[in-house]
Formats: sequence, C-alpha cells, structure tokens
Amino acid sequence: MYPDNKGRFGKFGGKFVPETLMNALDQLEQDYYKYRQDPNFQRELQELLTEYAGRSTPLYFAKHLTEKLGGAKIYLKREDLNHTGAHKINNTLGQGLLAKYTGKKKVIAETGAGQHGVASATIAALLGLECTVFMGEEDIKRQELNVFRMKLLGASVVPAVSGTRTLKDATNEAIRHWVEHVEDTFYIIGSVVGPHPYPMMVRDFQRIIGDETRQQYLEKEGRLPDEIVACVGGGSNAMGIFYPFIEDASVKLTGVEAAGEGVDTERHAASITKGRPGVIHGALTMLLQDQYGQVLPAHSISAGLDYPGVGPEHAHLADSNRAQYVSVTDQEALQALQELAYVEGIIPALESAHAVAHVLKIAPALPKDYGIVICLSGRGDKDMQSVMGYLGVEK
Amino acid sequence: MSRIETVFAELKAKGEKAFIPFITVGDPSLEWTERLVRDMEQAGADIIELGIPYSDPLADGPVIQEAALRSLANGTTMEDAFSLVARLRQAGVKLPLILFTYVNPVMQWGIERFFETAKQNGADGVIIPDLPHEESLEAKQAAARYGIDLVPLVAPTSQQRIAQIVKEASGFVYCVSSLGVTGVRNELSEGLSAFVTDVRSAATVPVAVGFGVSTPEQAAVIREFADGVIVGSAIIRRIQPLADAIAKCEQAEIDKAYQAVIDFVASLKEPLRG
Repeated sequence: MYPDNKGRFGKFGGKFVPETLMNALDQLEQDYYKYRQDPNFQRELQELLTEYAGRSTPLYFAKHLTEKLGGAKIYLKREDLNHTGAHKINNTLGQGLLAKYTGKKKVIAETGAGQHGVASATIAALLGLECTVFMGEEDIKRQELNVFRMKLLGASVVPAVSGTRTLKDATNEAIRHWVEHVEDTFYIIGSVVGPHPYPMMVRDFQRIIGDETRQQYLEKEGRLPDEIVACVGGGSNAMGIFYPFIEDASVKLTGVEAAGEGVDTERHAASITKGRPGVIHGALTMLLQDQYGQVLPAHSISAGLDYPGVGPEHAHLADSNRAQYVSVTDQEALQALQELAYVEGIIPALESAHAVAHVLKIAPALPKDYGIVICLSGRGDKDMQSVMGYLGVEK
Repeated sequence: MSRIETVFAELKAKGEKAFIPFITVGDPSLEWTERLVRDMEQAGADIIELGIPYSDPLADGPVIQEAALRSLANGTTMEDAFSLVARLRQAGVKLPLILFTYVNPVMQWGIERFFETAKQNGADGVIIPDLPHEESLEAKQAAARYGIDLVPLVAPTSQQRIAQIVKEASGFVYCVSSLGVTGVRNELSEGLSAFVTDVRSAATVPVAVGFGVSTPEQAAVIREFADGVIVGSAIIRRIQPLADAIAKCEQAEIDKAYQAVIDFVASLKEPLRG
C-alpha cells in the first residue's frame, strides 16, 4: 500500500522542502505513527468526531434527482452536515489532536475558500491552541463571511499578498512561517498535498468518509456502489471517500476538477487533465506550469478548487488508471448548485457542485440499477455572496 | 579540487575569508546583472551566487521573492541565466559562479541536462534549497558527472542529519544562520558559532554562513568561526533604488544608486580580509 517509506505514491509525492523543515517532518512522521496506534488518541478522536463534529454523516438517497434524471440511482454522502459545514473538520480534529499530544501550543493553517481555515480556528478554540490562518488577499475578498467566522473563533487571519493572492500563495506563506517557527508550531495542512507525511496523514483522517459510505451503502443496497464521484482541488474529500474502495476493482472512482472557463482556455484549475509532473509545496505531483516550470495561476469559480497542483496520490491514481479525472466548468457547477437546491432542497458548496454537475451529465444515460455516490463535501452557505454576484442578483 | 574549493584554499593561505554576494538574474535587467557581477568581482566578491527567478521561492523572504517577480515580469528565462554566465566568461570574469534555483525549474529543464548546460556555459556550482539530501541522488550524480559542485544546506534544526549531509558535500557547505527564510535580520542567532563549529568539524569542505546576514559588523563576527559569508537580501534591497532610477531614466540617480550597491559589496568584504 502507498506511500512507500520515502513518501512516494508511484513516482509522485516525496519531500521537497527547505532543509530547515526536514527534521520537523521526520519528527511528525514518527509522532503520527505512534499516535495512530495509541488507543487513547484514537478514543479521543472518535469521541470528537461523533460528539463534536456530528458523525456519522448520512448517506442520503437523492430520490427526486434520481427520478428527474431518469438513469442511475444517486446517493449523496452528506459531509455538508458536519460541524463547520464541510469534511475539513475530520482532518483538523485529527491534526489538532496530534498537535496537542505532541505538546505544540500554536497551530497555523492555509485556506482558500475558508472551510479549512474555519475548521482549524474551530478546533484551535476547542483544544486551546493559538491559531494563525494564511489566506490569499483575493480569497479574503471572496470569502468575507468565513474570514469573520475565523476571527470570531479567535484566530488571526494573515493576508497573503504575493503572486496570485489565492490558495497557492497562502500555502507559500504558511510554509515560510513554519520554516521560521518550526520549533513550537504545528502546521495543519488542509488537503492531501504537501511533503510526506501530510498526503498520507490527511488521507487517513479523511478515510472515515469512505469507510462510512461503504458500510452505509452495503446496508442500504446489499452491495458496493458502481461509481463514486468527488470534486478535486487538492483532493482531500475525494481521497477520503476513494481510499477504502481502491482495492475494489468494480467500483469506478471519478475525480472532478475545475475547468473554470474551459480547459482549452488559460483560466482553469485542471491539474491532472492539463498539467505535467512538477514540484509544488513540497511534493512531486501534477502541476499547472509553463515550459520553464514557473507555476501558472489556476482559476475556478470556487476558491477551494483554484489550486495549480493536486494531491500526489491522485496523480498516482490517474497515472495507474485506477481513477479517472474529468472536469466541469464554472457555468456547469453554478447550474448544478441551483439544480440540487431546487430538486432536493440542498445547497451544495461550489466545490461539491462540480461533482454534482458531472453526475447530471452522466446519470441519464446509465441503467437504473447503476449506483452512484456523490461526495457532497460541504454546504454552500459560504458561497452565497459569490453566487449572488454570478447570478446578477441585486442585494 | 574544484574551482570553488580552490578559491577557499587560496583565501585561507592569505588569512582571508570568502565573501559571497547573491543577486537575482534579470533584476533590474540582464544587462545590469552582467555589469553588477563584473563590478562586484572588482569590489572584492570571491564567489557570486546568481539566483534564477522562480514563481514560488519557498526558501526566500519577500525581498528576494520580489526581485524574482520583477525579473520574471521582464521575461527572464532559464536560457537567459545560462547565456548570462557564458557572456560573463567571455568578458573575462574569473571568479566561481553558482546558480541558485529551485527543484521544479531544474526538473522541467531535465536534471541531467541542467548540470550539463550549467557546465557548458561556465558555471561552477549549483544550490537547490528545496532539494534535501533524501531527494538529491540523481542531482548529485549528474553534478559529479559534469564537475559541478552541488552545494548542500544545513540548518540549525538539521541535528543528526548534519553528518550525512556534509559527508557528501562538494564545494562548500551552506550553513543557514537562523530559522526562517532569506532576509535581513538585526541580530545573529545565539548559538550560531557553536552550530557552525559543529558543522565545520564534521565537514571536509569549507563552511559558509548565509540567511539573515546584512552588515559588515555581522560579517566580522562570522569570520571568526566560518570560512565564508553569504549576503543576498541586503544587497537586493540596495538594487531596488537602482531599478527605480533606471525606470525614471535619471542618469545621475542611476550612477549614485549603482555606486551604492558596489560600495556596499566592498564594505562587506572589508572585515573578511587578512
């Protein structure tokens, strides 16, 4: 099973960071292996996931959507019902607890849409940790409400003003801050990206989505689903729901990237569809870059998806053909958001709307006994302001 | 012995320490970089680090990052960096030149091809700050094949990793003086002398100190326990007014700003002389 002892998923992954961080990453790896097997740690994490985050989340049969599309049977894994509104809380509880067990009093995080920032600020308040969140200046504008939530929860929000002023640059800033404060600070990475052991650790903390899905689907249908569909920016909700099904060849795994204004334009975030192997934020993965290796800006309607890289394990799943990666435009995601709201009374996050949009395309032509699970990674509350803007709604 | 190691040996024989300035290729322009290197050599630089601009420089602070972004906005490419080195050699620049770049641009150029091109154009060394020991085998082999020194970094947090890192070092060992990214700091960190002394006793090649060194006074302190001093951000901060003056086309201002950069370089070498 991946990763290997160098943190590689096939040819992807690894540790490409300044020397200053190497000792901290080695230490983190040892700590993680130790506490992963510690019954006290596991008990406390399980309790928080249940009593605080509200797990398990339902696997909801989307009857109306299924009827309307007239094809495949569609289920929604309701990660939007977690405390703080997205799957991000699963991972932040895990890493936050690890910070506490290893005696770190300060945590930092980077965030794009703000979901990971809010989840980090939340667990920091809960566990009594000092929290600093790095966020691109552009995203601070797009996600005013989440910035306010983080501050209300006691976190400091630091604007990243370099480069494209989005998630990529917030991550650069967070890594630099960590380089300087590595001795007393825990860096809570928000997706299955970054240097080893992060992609593995975040995947492990998110696999609860897939473990629950598997059990719930078996209970409802007496078999495994035919396909699982999830949106991919960095790819943590997708990796979490895919992981327990990787060995099941009959289950098709589909990751949906953000095509923005179209994958044939320069404004998209489809790293697997359009990228080449390269190093970003400490890992070798699929990356949007020019011929010289300069990182290209990514675009998506969703602040959570406009990241020019992707988790290295996704790059490997694509490379080995175990999962397929498709893409969906801003416009299609926006329509899917409205469709799900109208038909099922559920307003998904713009990220998750990408996964819904792909299913709207494929479901009608599939047989009625074909079962699809969509990972509904988060709810749309945070996006209402942008959606109003895109739909031209007067305030 | 490589050209870099030879320079350190010659300095040692004279009782001097090496001064190693860093500038970014193409900031404010390729022509100015060429002129700066030639005049910095005259002003006392012993080895020069040439930073190849990169969009996401994780090990650099804001000053060097902005220089890189200015240079990229001018359209500077990897080809430009290589041909600059070739032109400097044609112009008679003798001192060792080290290319400072990140792992992704090197990978995209091709690791083997990168070291080959570096050698062909007259570079002596390469520093890749986000390529740690564990990931460096392919680069080390290519560097050895073409006779280029791949200079490793060690940090105050390297601890038990130091022995392994310095064992395979060529050229010199780059000691990161404090935690954090490149940038000017008012004070040298406590324990720097002990840390550098440890590295020096483990290494078979010279040891130079960089990251946060910005004044002749700091250079004077470091000379007591290291073989060389590296200064980047503090020089680039003085290139900014030069860039501004060039943009305004004010000849008197350009001359003044340029002289200030060269004088600063000379002042940093001064405490390192015998």
